[in-house]
Amino acid sequence: MNKHSCFHCGIEHTNKVTIAFADKNFCCNGCKTVFEIFNESELTDYYSIEKTPGKIPEAIHGKYDYLTNESIVEKLLEFQDDELGIVTLHIPYIHCSSCIWILENLNRLLPAISSSTVNFPKKTTRIIYKKSETDLKGIAELLGSIGYDPYISLESIESNTDKKLHRELLYKIAVAGFAFGNSMLMAFPEYFEVDEFWLNQYKTFFRWLIFAFSVPVVFYAGRDYFVSAFKGLRKGLLNIDVPISLGISVLFIRSTIEIIFDLGQGYFDSMNGLVFFLLLGKFFQQRTYNFLSFERDYKSYFPIAVTRVKNKIEEVVQIKDIEKGDRLLIRSQELIPIDGIIIKGNASIDYSFVTGESTPVAKESGDKIYAGGKQLNGVIEIEAFKTVSQSYLTQLWSNDVFNKKKNEHFKGITDKISKNFTIAILLIAAISGAYWFTIESYKAINVITAVLIIACPCALALSAPFTLGNMLRIFGRHKFYLKNATVIENLADINHLIFDKTGTITSTDKHTINFEGDELTTEEFINIKSLLRNSNHPLSRMLYDFLPQEPITTSFEFNEIIGKGIEGIINEHLYKLGSASLVNKANTMLNETAIHIEIDGNYRGKFIFKNNYRKGTKELFNKLQQSFKLSILSGDNDGEKETLSTLLSNKTELHFNQKPEDKLDHIKNLQENKDKVLMLGDGLNDAGALAQSNVGIAISENINVFSPACDGIIDASVFEKIPLFLKLAKQSITVIKFSFIFSFVYNIIGLYFAVTGQLSPIIAAILMPLSSISIVTFVTICTNYIGQKLKA
Amino acid sequence: MSVIYILISISLALALLFFFIFIKSVKSGQFDDSYTPSVRMLFEDETKISSKKQSISKTKPNS
Repeated sequence: MNKHSCFHCGIEHTNKVTIAFADKNFCCNGCKTVFEIFNESELTDYYSIEKTPGKIPEAIHGKYDYLTNESIVEKLLEFQDDELGIVTLHIPYIHCSSCIWILENLNRLLPAISSSTVNFPKKTTRIIYKKSETDLKGIAELLGSIGYDPYISLESIESNTDKKLHRELLYKIAVAGFAFGNSMLMAFPEYFEVDEFWLNQYKTFFRWLIFAFSVPVVFYAGRDYFVSAFKGLRKGLLNIDVPISLGISVLFIRSTIEIIFDLGQGYFDSMNGLVFFLLLGKFFQQRTYNFLSFERDYKSYFPIAVTRVKNKIEEVVQIKDIEKGDRLLIRSQELIPIDGIIIKGNASIDYSFVTGESTPVAKESGDKIYAGGKQLNGVIEIEAFKTVSQSYLTQLWSNDVFNKKKNEHFKGITDKISKNFTIAILLIAAISGAYWFTIESYKAINVITAVLIIACPCALALSAPFTLGNMLRIFGRHKFYLKNATVIENLADINHLIFDKTGTITSTDKHTINFEGDELTTEEFINIKSLLRNSNHPLSRMLYDFLPQEPITTSFEFNEIIGKGIEGIINEHLYKLGSASLVNKANTMLNETAIHIEIDGNYRGKFIFKNNYRKGTKELFNKLQQSFKLSILSGDNDGEKETLSTLLSNKTELHFNQKPEDKLDHIKNLQENKDKVLMLGDGLNDAGALAQSNVGIAISENINVFSPACDGIIDASVFEKIPLFLKLAKQSITVIKFSFIFSFVYNIIGLYFAVTGQLSPIIAAILMPLSSISIVTFVTICTNYIGQKLKA
Repeated sequence: MSVIYILISISLALALLFFFIFIKSVKSGQFDDSYTPSVRMLFEDETKISSKKQSISKTKPNS
């Protein structure tokens, strides 16, 4: 069989019947259709910018019907008047230059779109369209038909506060940078302290000009430091901003007094430089992964609206308006938003969002189903017996854990050191002041202020942001995405690792299937496969894909017994495939997923479905047990207990049948025993545990698929590198400690000048920027060096 | 009046001009997305594409 890779999506396929169009080879009709659409509008450059950039389009029929609902559309649109509408859509699939190109040329596919602009880092597209010619539904369907399904949820509507904060920081950096450069330039002539006619004549002019530059730096650019220091003091905390704002205010006041009374040129230039560097540090730390969201709750998983059937009329209603007793229509690939009972249709539900287990569960009318599952094929009708917020899964979110911000009380390494630092500086200032007071009393105030100026911990404040910020980027390059830099500090403290089972240490989409029982002949295998082809049951589909034989195509008698299995007669042999009850066998193994086989009334054996553990799980646990406590918290039954205990070291604690709340409480208990817990999970049922743990990491096969609220997202392909990431987090803290020593050395040198009363503006102007720049260089080199280990 | 005041005011005016240009560019959203424009500028203009397409489709049947 020849392998071809699809011209559109690049998937290798072994189709016997090639689907070809214009000499191109496709894996399926979906991909071919997309190519045809592009070809018609002369957009085939899509394929020349990047190779095989596309994705198999998903079925979209009826998927975006809710976009006709006025009140929903109104919430989604950024702007609208009688003619135009502007909407920003989040499209998770955006991943390459071809994507940008095709999305920015949308108007060639649909003239009603007047312009579209992609923001690649955020994976969004801003579309301006003419309302008279199309509506939001039309746009969404167009995007869906070319494989760029927009992800729409009411949560996804971007709050503009982030943008504003980002811009405000840029303004502040601009102000500080402008003042820093210009004041340094103008202060320069006076550094040399020469007595010269022209210099003396223009001195006052220069000084007041520099003063004018510095006022906005203190009162605008540096404002946040004062605010934060004030807040810290009110709570009784000496955070790093206290000595910083003390330094800034002393610098400003002393320099102002100096120029008013013509005592000297002041230290305005150093102060502007200080604020500029501090703000740069902030900017460096603030950059995070825009395209990932770490704050999702169940609302972002759920659709915005569902179809309600009332008096035989279908209408689109928002999820929150569903009432008990409402009849809802769930289409193929739609999420079930509510606990309910199936009224009509056969459901095949994929609960991988909730549990991580992707083997679909079959349900029939009369069965209870829970919110969070995804209906895989066909339309079902359900009756809600709870409202959304009361559903089994969503109740979890009423737990307090989701209401408090996790890192509010976390004291970073900088905050820990700043308390002692501040006290030490104040002591040194007081002692040296007292000393000078006894010798030359007029110099005492000079020395005190000089100490406070030179000790202003710029380098100290910069080392943590730059180290952690750089580490965050290095981790990101190796597919481990963290919410913010503080998470690395938390990671370094971890002593207990907890893993969820399904979807975390087992991979989501692969299963091993074993046959237990009498040997089957090749002919029997072929017949089984032929029978399976007629069944839509998820297990049948999986077994069908697993069996290597080619099915026969001749017709035979076939019958599907809903909820039990299938039977059929091929060549006068009666085959029964299905559950234990179908073949009249007592179910001995309760916790087992299997298809039983009976041929002509003789029981022949069963196919057993087993989870596939991720590659390297054993080595990972062996490595980790040397330095960490390990546990498994699984929501599943203990069917796999024996496999697990042989696979993992016996030091690993195993807990089964854990409900979402149990997981959360378990972690809470551990934390009360002073354990620092890292939770690795994937499904919504881990959401509580992820929020409660010190660091919650979601593992994901595809980072664009949604994962629950967490501190970090790790790509499943780097699962084995977890011990290395933890080690690097610890090493980053060591780097920070070394850079602290570095900056203390600078401080001691500076203090020497200050205490002896020799701190001239030129020494301050050299020492302060030099210390900041060298610290930044030092930590950048160090983190890049230790980051090299990840490449192996 | 010394020439230095004029020189200083000119240099200051220049510096302020750049400062305001920067502020304006931030306000217009230029710094919100620093990646996409770098890709966008490499795309060929639409008119070029369609003319190139036509020439290709014209030559193709003959070859």
